[in-house]
Amino acid sequence: MDSTRRTFLTSAGAVAAQNVTHAQDHEHDHQAIPSDPALRVKALESLLVEKGYVDPAGLDALVDRFEHKVGPRNGARVVARAWVDAGYKKRLLADAPSAIAELGYTSGQGEHMLVVENGPKVHNLVVCTLCSCYPWPVLGLPPVWYKSAAYRSRAVIDPRGVLREFGTQVDEGVEVHVWDSTAELRYLVLPERPAGTEKLSEVELAALVTRDAMVGVTKVTSPGEKT
Amino acid sequence: MNGVHDMGGLQDMGPINREKNEPVFHVAWEGRIYAINASLRAMGKWNIDAWRHQIELLPPADYLRMTYYERWLNVNEQLAVKHGLVTPTELATGAPERGSAKAAPVLTAAIVARRLGRGIPSSHDPKVPPQFKVRQRVRARNMNPTGHTRLPRYARGKLGIITRDHGVYTFPDTNAHFQGEKRQHVYSVRFSARDLWGEHASPRDSVHLDMWDDYLEHA
Repeated sequence: MDSTRRTFLTSAGAVAAQNVTHAQDHEHDHQAIPSDPALRVKALESLLVEKGYVDPAGLDALVDRFEHKVGPRNGARVVARAWVDAGYKKRLLADAPSAIAELGYTSGQGEHMLVVENGPKVHNLVVCTLCSCYPWPVLGLPPVWYKSAAYRSRAVIDPRGVLREFGTQVDEGVEVHVWDSTAELRYLVLPERPAGTEKLSEVELAALVTRDAMVGVTKVTSPGEKT
Repeated sequence: MNGVHDMGGLQDMGPINREKNEPVFHVAWEGRIYAINASLRAMGKWNIDAWRHQIELLPPADYLRMTYYERWLNVNEQLAVKHGLVTPTELATGAPERGSAKAAPVLTAAIVARRLGRGIPSSHDPKVPPQFKVRQRVRARNMNPTGHTRLPRYARGKLGIITRDHGVYTFPDTNAHFQGEKRQHVYSVRFSARDLWGEHASPRDSVHLDMWDDYLEHA
């Protein structure tokens, strides 16, 4: 049964990949027929525009917002500020939405947020086992792996295995705290500041902070360090 | 509802496939359905809980086979019909039926530019008293509702400790079915990994879930 399910998932993934490839081909070759969802979305959009329910310029603005304005660089700036400014860090851990708004980041999926801090004795990991809840204002939209059955199923039962799969070493003596986003609270991990970064500026520090570290599947490494 | 969406603790779902330099949207239609979804949600015909439940109602094999945004496409088509925005005929033909009324879009480009939040009401509401206290030991109810719930199967019947009171939130189990907001306190509840998964789990690890009053009982 196990192997059947895996075969099924693999073939499902292959079909999805085929659809993506197909649609990508279409971008370069106008002779190709777009994949089924592409056609259906196009038909739905034109119907909804004709009926006056959606504004095409509004759709453009939303896509632009998530492709160009909102993303993990926002979260990286929050983390770097917390590393260099103890007062900011205190505010961030006490009232994340207000502290994040100080840097100008406010929007849906982030009004109610908690920042959880990694340290020598605690490593935090964020998941949404029921769907795909994710802190949009600071990380943008989630990557495919975060929404995948593989991650959602394993993060709660085998967090250390997941961390190993991401190449992250967490010692036996460290507590792993998993945060399953089952309500309207959204979680951001404040990673540990890596050693050897004392002389870096806030901007240089922000450049080290990755999306994956703010989900908690990896750690932030100093510039010379290779994982 | 005990559906395939409730994935916590399932095994053998394969490796976690990461993609280098992953784009926000892999193909243009993903961005379009993302934005259509937000525009229709802004009309207020259905709430976030009803939306999540509609995804959970996808047949299990379809749910697993579909990509993330294919699910979004399907539920937007379904919700638009269910709530009378479009007729099944219009969906099939892609054109408005003769004599159909013309609406005015709610989510315009100007609103996107200054839109700040999802409009979740404040979680401060002194009129709604908490049923539990921080540091209290609680048990997640053993329940198997056939409708929407945000209490995952893996935590049901398990003992945990309340570590934080998040304030007052709308109750998804009723709101998803338009049976009222039934606002109540939500807590962060810590479950030890061993209580959830048995002796093979690390004694140091824990899982925190956010839980409404109605998901908990005194332990």
